Amino acid sequence: MKRNVLPGLRLSLGVTLFYVGLIVVLPIAALVFKAASLGPEDYWRIVSSARAVASYRVTVLSALGATLFNLFFGLALAWVLTRYRFPGWRIVDAMVDLPFALPTAVAGIALTALFANNGWFGSVLSDLGIKVAYTPLGIMIAMCFTSLPFIVRTVQPVLEDIDPALEEAAQSLGGSDWEIFRKVILPLLTPALLAGTSLSFARSLGEFGAIIFIAGNQPMSTEITALLVFIRLEEYDYQAAAAIASVLLLTAFVMLAVTNTLQARALRYTVRS
Amino acid sequence: MSANLTSGLGRRKSPRVGDGPLFRRALIGTVLVIGAFLILAPLIVIGFEAFKQGWKTYSATIANPDTRHAILLTVVTALIAVPVNTVFGVAAAWAITKFDFRGKRFLLVLIEIPFSVSPIVAGVAYLFVYGLQGIFGPYFDAHDIKILFALPGIILASMFVTAPFVARELIPLMQSQGRDLEEAATSLGASGWRTFFSVTLPNIKWALLYGVVLCNARVMGEFGAVSVVSGNIRGQTNTLPLHIELLYHDYQTAGAFASASILAIIAVFTIIAKVALERQGAGRTRKTVPRPALAANPAEKSS
Repeated sequence: MKRNVLPGLRLSLGVTLFYVGLIVVLPIAALVFKAASLGPEDYWRIVSSARAVASYRVTVLSALGATLFNLFFGLALAWVLTRYRFPGWRIVDAMVDLPFALPTAVAGIALTALFANNGWFGSVLSDLGIKVAYTPLGIMIAMCFTSLPFIVRTVQPVLEDIDPALEEAAQSLGGSDWEIFRKVILPLLTPALLAGTSLSFARSLGEFGAIIFIAGNQPMSTEITALLVFIRLEEYDYQAAAAIASVLLLTAFVMLAVTNTLQARALRYTVRS
Repeated sequence: MSANLTSGLGRRKSPRVGDGPLFRRALIGTVLVIGAFLILAPLIVIGFEAFKQGWKTYSATIANPDTRHAILLTVVTALIAVPVNTVFGVAAAWAITKFDFRGKRFLLVLIEIPFSVSPIVAGVAYLFVYGLQGIFGPYFDAHDIKILFALPGIILASMFVTAPFVARELIPLMQSQGRDLEEAATSLGASGWRTFFSVTLPNIKWALLYGVVLCNARVMGEFGAVSVVSGNIRGQTNTLPLHIELLYHDYQTAGAFASASILAIIAVFTIIAKVALERQGAGRTRKTVPRPALAANPAEKSS
């Protein structure tokens, strides 16, 4: 065994463990404990109630829609930012982080103002017969906004690192641009795309602030799961809040495991190339 | 280059995939238009709505005692939560990158948990620790210590959601820097603190500042978690994001957007600071490899 000469293990590890224990582990354990104290029958009754199931459905479907949109738009944005130089590209690159920097409540009221029936976009869209605010479409747009940077920022570095020689080789073999993109570039991007997609999806599932303003929050149709937890709390129904929150927590852990696996794989690719 | 070679052979090829002028312009155009609708428009509409009723309404909203109190509360929360998180981040990065111990990977996952958990879940979790129906709630209540629906609860919830910010900037960077410099310093007789302040800190200062800036932005803007634990008492436990919601639901749209404009300005400054720090090299270790802290083998770099 190698003897470590550096000092400070006790102090730094002590501070770390104390902090993680107090700030992260204790509350999560308390929530799990509270949900577990319900007993299987009550627990199942709450988490499988019609209103809860409807909230899972609208949350998951909206998150899928938003993530699918971000997959294409995020890839296009990352492509434009790494491959092309045009006036103002630095500003566009910086603006990609706005959804991370802008507080969710601020994003929520801004998007609602834009897409409400009398808003800049909403008035045009409602003339076309499309309602966005207070419908699942609005939820999707809020999710698109808050989770866009994940895909762009995961794909961008990998796209930057692709060796031009690979494309040249494919070109010299007579491949068309589309063929080269599909058979050479896309396979290299896939791990990063998957990792970004799972991050984006996970964020959309848990999003609260940006959505509640634009969603309309009608039970059974536009009520997301996070909001249902909040409503149960306001009704002082702590057991129901704990149970439904534990479903969100479990989903988060599953997504964390998926993301880590995908990222480990994405990393293998980057290291190899 | 081979692009010239192929064109010499009679086939005009764009030098790289997707560099044809038509495709290029179409893609840039599409992306910029969608980006303007999705990202730029929300920022513009905040300014527009905030000043819709003129400068007077705007300044009156900002001067309103409730708004002022919300601003003060947000600043106080950040002044406590950010430094505490910074100390934690530095300690965690030091322990994880300078030593080998069992369960390191598990610790890394624990630190990252707040990123994947919904802020609402975080708020509810704190309720079950410090609330009356929680573990310690009855004890604190008996001793007349207020945690929930008061400043301590707001700070704790903010610390939860931002716990990984500083650590995840420092860990990949300090891992790539290795331990040689610190080991040299201590073997020459420098104390641990001296080693940290004159050897480690100069090497990580930009990444540290980068993490602090991002952490601060999130603390000031946190909504979901704080909304659960604060109790939304106007003029007492309303932070700026909560104040925005309150005004908005009171149909005081101009006031809500005026308060939102303050947070939007902070967001814009955060982005400017972020770009400036990235020019100094901060955030780059993470950029080349997405979150390597969880995937890379931490023992690899030790000499």
